[in-house]
Amino acid sequence: MRHLLTTVGLEHDQAVSILDVAEDMADVATRAVPKLPTLRGRTVANLFFEDSTRTRLSFEAAAKRLSADVITFSAKGSSVSKGESLKDTAQTIAAMGIDAVVLRHAASGAAEVLAGSGWIDAAVVNAGDGTHQHPTQGLLDAYTLRKTLHGDGSRGRDLDGVRVTIVGDILHSRVARSNVWLLTTLGAQVHLVGPRTLLPTGVDTWPVTTGTDLDAAIAERPDAIMMLRVQQERMHAAFFPHEREYTSAWGLDDARLERLATDTIVMHPGPMNRGLEISARAADSPRSVILDQVTNGVSIRMAVLYLVLSGSDPREVAA
Amino acid sequence: MPARVVLQQADVQRALTRISHEILESNRGASDLVLLGIPTRGVLLAERIAAQLAALEPGAGVVGALDVTMYRDDLDRHPTRTPSPTRLPAGGIDGKTVVLVDDVLYSGRTIRAALDAIGDLGRPRAVRLAVLVDRGHRELPIRADFVGKNLPTAAAERIFVRLTEIDGEDAVAIEGAA
Repeated sequence: MRHLLTTVGLEHDQAVSILDVAEDMADVATRAVPKLPTLRGRTVANLFFEDSTRTRLSFEAAAKRLSADVITFSAKGSSVSKGESLKDTAQTIAAMGIDAVVLRHAASGAAEVLAGSGWIDAAVVNAGDGTHQHPTQGLLDAYTLRKTLHGDGSRGRDLDGVRVTIVGDILHSRVARSNVWLLTTLGAQVHLVGPRTLLPTGVDTWPVTTGTDLDAAIAERPDAIMMLRVQQERMHAAFFPHEREYTSAWGLDDARLERLATDTIVMHPGPMNRGLEISARAADSPRSVILDQVTNGVSIRMAVLYLVLSGSDPREVAA
Repeated sequence: MPARVVLQQADVQRALTRISHEILESNRGASDLVLLGIPTRGVLLAERIAAQLAALEPGAGVVGALDVTMYRDDLDRHPTRTPSPTRLPAGGIDGKTVVLVDDVLYSGRTIRAALDAIGDLGRPRAVRLAVLVDRGHRELPIRADFVGKNLPTAAAERIFVRLTEIDGEDAVAIEGAA
């Protein structure tokens, strides 16, 4: 794998294989020495043009567990505030000698531009670009679903027949987009629920079913329900009248938690707005796997860094 | 040049039986003995040796799998390798005598990686090496304690180990340079 830019077009067997490698990476955490020498001498640059806690720390932890050196760059306090472009920033970092770039950027398509531009030779891993894609989040969600449903027998399996409902701000969500394509490729059926104003134009061409009624979706007893964060920083218009109206119609509150089937898994990509899209009781309930998602994120990112940084043929088809 | 079979089913079986007895003899019994096979065929060989040990001494034959992919020094020289699971026995390897089992011993680099992997998993009392075939051409100061068959080869030749569980038959074949 040369780069990881999107989950669109990721093939079924390739996706299962990434999840299987992540299983092996997860085992490492339980060992006497929870570290592998695999990427010794390699340097990974985290280029974060947009705020992030868990993704940046997760990639950093993943790279360090594989013994890679990590350079972390945040746009805040950097020359970006002096007007430096993505190209110049990337080339500056590349001139320091790096093997992989983990890129988080507010512009949709930034990772594809960087990978296809010829500006740098390094492998590019998309860590979230605008409202477009966040492939490692999709992968860690798929991994968490598979692990929760199949346990130790997960290896080699996909998500055939698993029904996942994704709720909330689909319009601005790269997490939803990454999940829709990946989970569908793995055989899951995805149902999207949200206010009409937050369902994107063209959603009817996606491989999903859609609705606006969360209570109806809950009554269908999905295997998993994924609550999305209301992304106020990306909302430059009024998409719903009031936060409380959003919560009453599309929030996973205590009453809806009660009505949820007992074996339905509750997921959230974080960071949560407790009390807005998810209640504290739902977030902390035994069927919530939100902290598992964080743990699994490190394993998935170890797998992805291993796969993009090993292998002899750099011209292998990009995923 | 077609592949030439150098060990038949019965030869493989006899070699494993002899290795099993040698392991018991050098370890003075089966106590604290852990067999770790290196995927893919090393794991099958380790399981077969373990079954023989258990037949000779009840309770013997603790077996696991040790994947060394992440410890290799040639990851950037080959297409990406997919790791296999590492399975350790419940008792771990601390204080045990670990016998690494692989099908072919060649450059010694796989065993070097295995020794590094073991170091991250615990501290065995001793580590031994059992291989079905030793074909020479060592690039590191490593030798096997238990060898099924020494096969002098040219570097251009290839050795194929076939095992019933995967390949439908037990055989070791050697193929000359084309």
